[in-house]
Amino acid sequence: MQPSDLQTITHKEQAARAKYRARLLCCGSTACLSSGAAEVRDSLNRTVKLHQLGGEVQVMTSGCLGPCSRGPLVRLQEPGQPDVTYEAVNADLARRIIEEQLIPDLGEPAEPETGPHDLPHLRASLRKARAPRDLQDHMLPADNPFFARQMKVVLALEGQIDPERIEDYIAHGGYGALARVLAMMTPEQVIDEITRSGLRGRGGAGFPTGVKWKSVRGAPGDRKYVIANGDEGDPGAYMDRTVMEDLAHQVLEGMAIAAYAVGAQSGYVYVRGEYPLAVKRLEKAIRAAYRQGLLGENIFGAGFSFDVDIRIGAGAFVCGEETALMASVEGRRGMPRMRPPYPAQSGLWGQPTLINNVETFANIAPILNRGADWYAGIGTEKSKGTKIFALAGKLNNTGLIEVPMGITLREIVYDIGGGIPGGKAFKAAQTGGPSGGCIPAEHLDTPVDYESLKTLGAIMGSGGLIIIDEDSSMPDVARFFMEFCADESCGKCAPCRVGTTQMHRLLQKVLAGHGTPADLTKLERLGQHVKQASLCGLGQSAPNPVLSTLRYFRHEYETLVAGQTQAEGKA
Amino acid sequence: MITLTIDGRAITVQPGTTVLEAALAHGIDIPRLCYHPDLKPSGGCRLCSVEVKGRPNVLASCGLACEPGLEVTTHSEQLTALRRDLLDLFLSDHPLRCVTCDKAGACDLQKYAYQFGLSESTFPGPVSRTLYQDDNPFFIRDHQYCILCGKCARVCDEIVGVNAIEYVGRGFESHIATPFDGPMINSSCVFCGNCVQLCPTAALLPVSRLRQGREWELRRVRTVCGYCGVGCKLEYALKGGKILYAQGYPGAPVNGEFLCTKGRFGWDFATHSDRLTTPLVRRDYAAAHGLAGPEAGAVGDFVPVSWEAALDLVADRLAGTVQAAGPDAVAGLASARCTNEENYLFQKFMRATLGTNNVDHCARLCHASSVTGLGIAFGSGAMTNPIQDIRHADCIFITGSNTAESHPVISYEVIRAARAGANLLIIDPRRIPLTDHATLWLQPKPGADQYVFMAMAHVIINEGLADKAFIEARTEGYADFAQSVAALTPEVAALQSGVKAEDIVRAARMYALGQRAYGRSIYDGRGHSTLLYAMGITQRRNGTELVLTLANLALLTGQVGKPSTGINPLRGQSNVQGACDVGALPNVLPGYQPVTDDARRKAVAEKWGVADLPARPGLTVTEMMPAILDGRVHALYVMGENPMLSDPNLEHVEAALKALDFLVVQDIFLSETAQRAHVVLPAAAWLEKDGTKTNTERRVQLIHPVLSAPGEAKPDWWIVQEIARRVEARLAEGRKARDESPSASARRPWSFTSTAQIADELADVTPSYRGIRHHRLTEAGLFWPCPAEDHPGTPILHREKFTRGLGRFSAVQAQGPVEPPDAEYPFILSTGRVLYQYHTGTMTRRSGPLAWRTPHGWAELNRKDAERIGVADGGEVIIRSRRGAVRTEARLGERVPPGVVFLAFHWSEAPANRLTQDAALDPVAKIPEFKVSAVQVEAVNGKG
Repeated sequence: MQPSDLQTITHKEQAARAKYRARLLCCGSTACLSSGAAEVRDSLNRTVKLHQLGGEVQVMTSGCLGPCSRGPLVRLQEPGQPDVTYEAVNADLARRIIEEQLIPDLGEPAEPETGPHDLPHLRASLRKARAPRDLQDHMLPADNPFFARQMKVVLALEGQIDPERIEDYIAHGGYGALARVLAMMTPEQVIDEITRSGLRGRGGAGFPTGVKWKSVRGAPGDRKYVIANGDEGDPGAYMDRTVMEDLAHQVLEGMAIAAYAVGAQSGYVYVRGEYPLAVKRLEKAIRAAYRQGLLGENIFGAGFSFDVDIRIGAGAFVCGEETALMASVEGRRGMPRMRPPYPAQSGLWGQPTLINNVETFANIAPILNRGADWYAGIGTEKSKGTKIFALAGKLNNTGLIEVPMGITLREIVYDIGGGIPGGKAFKAAQTGGPSGGCIPAEHLDTPVDYESLKTLGAIMGSGGLIIIDEDSSMPDVARFFMEFCADESCGKCAPCRVGTTQMHRLLQKVLAGHGTPADLTKLERLGQHVKQASLCGLGQSAPNPVLSTLRYFRHEYETLVAGQTQAEGKA
Repeated sequence: MITLTIDGRAITVQPGTTVLEAALAHGIDIPRLCYHPDLKPSGGCRLCSVEVKGRPNVLASCGLACEPGLEVTTHSEQLTALRRDLLDLFLSDHPLRCVTCDKAGACDLQKYAYQFGLSESTFPGPVSRTLYQDDNPFFIRDHQYCILCGKCARVCDEIVGVNAIEYVGRGFESHIATPFDGPMINSSCVFCGNCVQLCPTAALLPVSRLRQGREWELRRVRTVCGYCGVGCKLEYALKGGKILYAQGYPGAPVNGEFLCTKGRFGWDFATHSDRLTTPLVRRDYAAAHGLAGPEAGAVGDFVPVSWEAALDLVADRLAGTVQAAGPDAVAGLASARCTNEENYLFQKFMRATLGTNNVDHCARLCHASSVTGLGIAFGSGAMTNPIQDIRHADCIFITGSNTAESHPVISYEVIRAARAGANLLIIDPRRIPLTDHATLWLQPKPGADQYVFMAMAHVIINEGLADKAFIEARTEGYADFAQSVAALTPEVAALQSGVKAEDIVRAARMYALGQRAYGRSIYDGRGHSTLLYAMGITQRRNGTELVLTLANLALLTGQVGKPSTGINPLRGQSNVQGACDVGALPNVLPGYQPVTDDARRKAVAEKWGVADLPARPGLTVTEMMPAILDGRVHALYVMGENPMLSDPNLEHVEAALKALDFLVVQDIFLSETAQRAHVVLPAAAWLEKDGTKTNTERRVQLIHPVLSAPGEAKPDWWIVQEIARRVEARLAEGRKARDESPSASARRPWSFTSTAQIADELADVTPSYRGIRHHRLTEAGLFWPCPAEDHPGTPILHREKFTRGLGRFSAVQAQGPVEPPDAEYPFILSTGRVLYQYHTGTMTRRSGPLAWRTPHGWAELNRKDAERIGVADGGEVIIRSRRGAVRTEARLGERVPPGVVFLAFHWSEAPANRLTQDAALDPVAKIPEFKVSAVQVEAVNGKG
């Protein structure tokens, strides 16, 4: 393929698109599929066929549309109109969306005339007024704060393209960044651009991406590798799954650019085994990219070759840790090893290896398309760009969101999340899953960025964000995460293997009302030692939920322990 | 060099040293449970964590590289608290049963618990694992004591290379297991027990030591293993004169701490009830010689007699034979398992007392062609480089050696090198275990490998990969040699051998340039390639020429005379190198001095106090049997050999032994050969003797008695000396009677009282051992040549110049096997060894664990052939050659290619050597072609 071929495909796609007057996107992500999106899509297709609308209304599977707990989701797009998202759609509602919204003959009043002063949200409210009552209840207009407060950089194409069609990605500018990079930039210039953008690793630790790329480029070795880490494992988090399912090509494009920049010839996408749809779409995307010459030998005739393959994890949380992941790719048991040497020096099969999270790779094409300066303009001084979060827990709106760095927790919870159901009080936000910490209400106005969260004893993490309300017991939350870590410890190092189990036992004892103040001291001391002495990030961060809840919610522990002290006194 | 500060001390170390290594080297002890100097750091126990200035977290010192200016604190209040908590965690998952624990006193966890004053864990709750696995007689696995340090799994991976065990499960339930937690025997385990060796607790213990004694009650004796030629040192732990277990020990010169299954577990043969404890005489023979021994203590056809009676009988018969039929009517077989001193005495007795050069031993059947071939090419027929050199090689070329089974501890060096990025090139018709680690494995048809080697030389010359400067300065005969391979293109070799031409080219480049698979060489310039070979090369009708073909490759590429290079014949038996060195060969005196060299022979004669020694080379092993049948040899003296299993064409051997007037065998068991003797003398086993042995890398090492010999068994040197003294007296009497001039006055009397005395005489007589005085031998031993007392020994041969001056290229013609398969005998039979057995099985088949693992023999057959023949896995087959037939179990697989059958020669009930041929010998080395015989294979009872 030559760069100009991208244009040809784009024109062809746009011409095909132009003949439709409306487009219905049916979310094809795991969450919606599991709540019946396939039947909804069938119903949409049937209805289109029934009313012979095939030439004017397009039904398309799309990526994640956002509020996942409200699925199946369908989005109606009409040129010149704001999008409308329908929630909790079933086969019947799907039929009615077409029949009542897209077929004027069926007795709907004609749309009132609108002038140039007309605002999109006004139009949307008009449409809402037009719809029969119960269809209205399913509508989420584009100006709903859930959508309006987000900023889509990585996920910009998510509701726009068919994740299984490379042509659609290309028509939206896909692989253009790769073409430009190969034609016009040296590897050093690419690294410089990424460095200037301020992008930091989205896997959680926030290591500057450009610095990592530079060290892989500088490492001696005639074979180098690029790995996309898609072994997402935090309970409740599914940012990476969504990126892989919906934007597989964006990840591949980012990997190819990275490979060019660091001097790698081959790459792996490591996907956790529990993500069959992500695997399927990645496989399809890789095949399509090879077919188009966007992977493989001599890409864009620029003399750069890059091969990508998928490796599927076998269900071990620890394989998200980079050295364990590489052991797993090599066919060994996924267990971490000591660093240094870092993968940049000695990674896969002892060769220099760049390993980034899939979300990091998905940031690359947008950065190169719109420039480092544009990207660096988003976010805070040290945390640039946007971050995807999986919003879960006690919130009115849960789902997948992308927000600019520096947004406050309060905005996420009360604006995007729509507040706590039942008017309950917010108690804590748990970030970073089992490796993270709990942030109490008094820090709701903290900006969400790497440094601020760390100061609070939490971490940015990969993007899991769980909201806890007043009904929950914090020691119990801590116990849940401790149990998770104890189960997922790989068994190699003693503090993690035995330490997490003993911490879990102490928590159980405290929760059962048998704890003593000495147990709390012991828990804290052991937590510090497990954190200090563990071999890898799993063990080093496993005590975080306990330590942060002990820091902010110590009274809850003390109450549990006091009960015991009283009981002892009585005895 | 790098300087850093540890606990306030400035310490200077080599780059690449870890902080833990640096600290330990400077006497700073840091607690540790998962560290081992030979394994990659794991960082699992975290006890070795240290503080580093400027780093927020503590760091495991085992994985922390020394950097200039690093400021490290190894002991602080904070670190002590951390280590205490870690030990507390370990103890919380480890039952504290030290009072009854077999490991108490040698347990690392116990040691640190003591050090930190922890009598119990502060964490209550059950331990995670309770599994107890005693599924084999080698070792038990008691998981409750396991602390998951992972040393067992790492040694299995990094050193042994079989990956039989690994961590399984997650979290607190993690444990070390075989695949699917199955019994050990169903895994790839080779029962080397190196996991047991490294286990810091009682999780892995040898079965033999369970509940037999506390560690502090045990006496420990170190000696050299008596099995193969590697010469590993090991330590026996004894209580009340009984061995409880054997183990390696850190810093052993050859093997480090590691052993193989035979060395570690195969020592119990020594106390087997079959051991010979009194001299025996065949019942009819005893009666005929008026020696009616008591029936009590009779063994089969043999009755016990006193030493006095037995020795007199032997002396009468040997002296009588010499007197009646001349010295050459007697022949003797020395032993590759006996010490240098014993072999030296044996050949001295044959030569100086009896007056014959008819002395040989089983080296004839293994590396005779190495001795001749490397003698021609380089001037000495032994490994050019030490074993531990292999570790640093860039390319290792193995051919005709099933290293992992025949020399397991050498295979550990190969695995280590391969794991560090060396290329492993294997040329072998059989899929031997090491092929799993090979970068390139070429599989020529049996007997066709020479075409491949010669084509490699062709490629090296053609592609300009030869080391021209080396050829110019150090060799001769290049032009003729180059001519001899000119026509042997890879395509020609491909046709002959079935190996792809492009693979031959790859192999040639790899070896010539010492290419690595990855990683950096420790050597400058051209990479270093080492070549290892064994009986696949030597046991051939043109073995000498095959060895020359390999030597040509080394000369062509300059891959000799430097560290990690050379041509290295791996010797099979514990002292086969030494037995050759000290002259247990028919054509040379000690130190390879030809018997035909008048000056040297006379010099030895003078030292021995005799007028002269026989000047005509004697009979080789392979010539002795025909000579017996011809009536040229009447009496045979066998010291610890078993030709009734080890020699080719056993029908022929049996006929020969039957035809003897007198056969005396000294051995530790009533071997197949001893059963046919007239007199059997009970010898002490290697575990019961002292002396020296020379391993395959030419290292002379001291051995020490671990046990006392059973009954009246005596060391071989004592027996030889007693016989010699008596024979000498009888011959002197005879000479006196015949009024011949006595030369006995000058003779040194046969009055050695220790092996040290013999060793010193041996050194006097043997130029290459001259400096190897008994008192100089310390732990590390000495490499010959060591020509003077102040000489440090020579680990690497041919450094500045070859032993013979210039290295000599030889132009040879490639040859196929002497007995190729045909319509009647369509299969090729190849013979060799299996891991758990040794030679003719006299020792290993009487070792409980080894016999359990391989109770009987089998033939390896390719699945495709098996289908055609109609035999299932485990079914019985009859294998027939032109010389005989054996019946054995068939094991199917892909280890042999179609058309090839493999049979080990250990099994007396299915002796491979009943099938092998003895007609065509290598013309120079007189070695038979064990490796290729034509056979038929037939299923017994059809399918099933």
